[in-house]
Amino acid sequence: MADIRAVPDDLRPPARPARRHLLSIGDLDRDDVDRLLATAQSFAKALEREVKKLPTLRGRTIVNLFYEASTRTSSSFELAAKRLSADTMSIKSSGSSVEKGESLKDTALTLSAYDPDVIVIRHPQIGAPQLVTRYTDAHVVNAGDGKHQHPTQALLDLYTIQEELGRIDGLHVAIVGDVLHSRVARSNVQALLLMGASVTLVGPPSLIPRGIEALGCEVTYDIDAIGAADVVYVLRMQKERMEAGSAYVPSLREYTAQWGVTPERLRPGQKVMHPGPMNRGVEIDARVADSVDSLIERQVRSGLVVRMAVLYDLLTHGPVAVPTQVQEVA
Amino acid sequence: MSDAPLFIRQSAGPDSVVIRGARVFDPVEQLDAVLDVRVDGGVIAAMGERIDAIGHREVDGTGLLLAPAFVDPHVHLRVPGREDEETVASGSAAAAAGGYCAILAMPNTDPVVDSAAVLGSLIEQALAGAVIPVGFMASITKGLVGGELSEMAELAAAGAAAFTDDGRPVTSAGLMRRALQYSAITGRRLSLHEEEPTLSGKGQMHEGAVSAELGFAGWPSIGESVMIARDLALCAYEGQTVHIMHISARESVDELRRWQALGVAATGEVSPHHLVLTDEAVRSLDSNMKMNPPLRTESDRQSLIEALRDGTIGTVATDHAPHARHEKEAPFEEAPFGVTGLETAFAALYTHLVLPGIIPLGLLLERMSQGPARALGLPVPRIAVGAAANLVLLDLAAGWRVSEAGFRSRSVNSWCLGAQLQGLARLTIAAGRVAHDVDPVSA
Repeated sequence: MADIRAVPDDLRPPARPARRHLLSIGDLDRDDVDRLLATAQSFAKALEREVKKLPTLRGRTIVNLFYEASTRTSSSFELAAKRLSADTMSIKSSGSSVEKGESLKDTALTLSAYDPDVIVIRHPQIGAPQLVTRYTDAHVVNAGDGKHQHPTQALLDLYTIQEELGRIDGLHVAIVGDVLHSRVARSNVQALLLMGASVTLVGPPSLIPRGIEALGCEVTYDIDAIGAADVVYVLRMQKERMEAGSAYVPSLREYTAQWGVTPERLRPGQKVMHPGPMNRGVEIDARVADSVDSLIERQVRSGLVVRMAVLYDLLTHGPVAVPTQVQEVA
Repeated sequence: MSDAPLFIRQSAGPDSVVIRGARVFDPVEQLDAVLDVRVDGGVIAAMGERIDAIGHREVDGTGLLLAPAFVDPHVHLRVPGREDEETVASGSAAAAAGGYCAILAMPNTDPVVDSAAVLGSLIEQALAGAVIPVGFMASITKGLVGGELSEMAELAAAGAAAFTDDGRPVTSAGLMRRALQYSAITGRRLSLHEEEPTLSGKGQMHEGAVSAELGFAGWPSIGESVMIARDLALCAYEGQTVHIMHISARESVDELRRWQALGVAATGEVSPHHLVLTDEAVRSLDSNMKMNPPLRTESDRQSLIEALRDGTIGTVATDHAPHARHEKEAPFEEAPFGVTGLETAFAALYTHLVLPGIIPLGLLLERMSQGPARALGLPVPRIAVGAAANLVLLDLAAGWRVSEAGFRSRSVNSWCLGAQLQGLARLTIAAGRVAHDVDPVSA
């Protein structure tokens, strides 16, 4: 019998246009990530200076379009843009035309009328950033779309690991908790594997998506497996997952007893990360969150320079001699 | 039992036409020969070599294939309620362009077709605007809410062609059993949308490696197959039969095959998109890859092809589901389920299953025409002197690119948009009347 391909070529959507976006970790290759992390490192050095503002993106306009609550991501994108001297405009779904029922398409068209250079979007639905690319000439950055992707989170986590442990390649990272509902987990699994780390997902069977091992990670339900990891990455346990009718685990109490990351379950020297916001006492013990091995605050710091690197990279079309530009400022 | 007509269309006299020199191919009648065919008075009046045109219009069928026209037992015409998406006139014109001589419309409209009054208004619309015969299905349960049975006897008497709650399952096993028992008095088939709602949940696509990676809530195969198992067990117990709509999963095929072997006379249908695409297509995040049931894996697709080949599934049905452009131009999860298919079904399957040698042309023609007619208890198209003239003249060499501009349907949410396909209906004759005609003489 003739073998036909699962998706015939002529039924595939047209290839993405040449304009560059950051929609998914899948858009990046290893060289892209190395370049972005190196750029972020340059910016980190620049930010150690007394005057923290760089003129690099002066005259550029960056729109932050947030359809979901966010502290870390929205504030760090805004500050990243300002540190690079770009003009920023922040739009939140509450208080905007979104509340009046405006479609994402119309909002994208409206904002694009101002000719922004970058639209940073967070949206509760998968693929919203891809949709926006169809209606704007701006570069689009995905700041989190539903349970799909959060590529800048994964990049800042890679940056944090590289800064703290000196490498990513060959490390073993355990990601613990509600993988099913986590865009952070999906982005980080792809990003860590891309950079040569091995990944083990740990959590309740009902919160590990069926088929996820096809990405190339290991899956276990046994919390003791975190003992073998160099880095333990703890996911937020969302309380709404325990509501009647969607009870993925019997109770938060049982979840914490079985999968909570406590000092007793860790070896000294194992690094602990969390994308925030934390539920102390649920997925992560407060003693772990505040320990010397916790990288959680470092992650937030990394968020700023990594997002600067992403904006810079998109608007300067790839690898440019970053240190030179930084020195010009200094 | 009701003797109300199953199909309604615009009232007008029959057309007379002679199709010359086409390859006349009816796999059921075991007819495959180059012949002239004269259609007159609603029937195939004569077949032979160089027959007399007796003044009728002549169509040059040289190089073309004349086959029994197609029957689609699963079409959403969206009336009443969403005339912006489709109407009886636009939907039946789309069907004629796709080579169909008869279609059945689903009752999940607003209001639901669950009363003789709504059904009567649809029959009036068909009398005014249907270019091919259209049958209307009525709901199994009032308002499609699964609470109590529709008044099936009255609906059948008023012209309901069959019963379905399509779009939703009959969740209660007890009510499903009662529907099986009671519908027997109508002589009309039950056509079932099989979905266990606590398993499908808020699922957006097939549950598997692709949904795990993309983050979409999964709609697992067993959400379909466990309901099929339940309903076929009920059929076996009650000595009844049902038609299983839009089968998508390997597990479902296995259930249907198992119960057929045990003597249950149930029939099944499969949609073209499930025969051509897999869940890999959802990686595009294109809302035209979103339908219910969802695209599943290559293993499921192969199982569906095998079932079509061995007759476990005897019907190809498009599940033509028009949606407004603005509703599909939304993020995947926000966009409604469903894609159009009437105008692309034959070409898509000819291109992707027949041309590569996966199934023979005769099998595809049978599964799009006689198979569905028999499954739903409808008049069976056939090519024989004296038979009702339900014919499609196919140009198997014609290549065309699917574009929004070419659709007769009011909606453009086609899963084939942009695709290069081969195979085109040049002339469709439905119940003796020319319903679609792209002038094969000048082509």
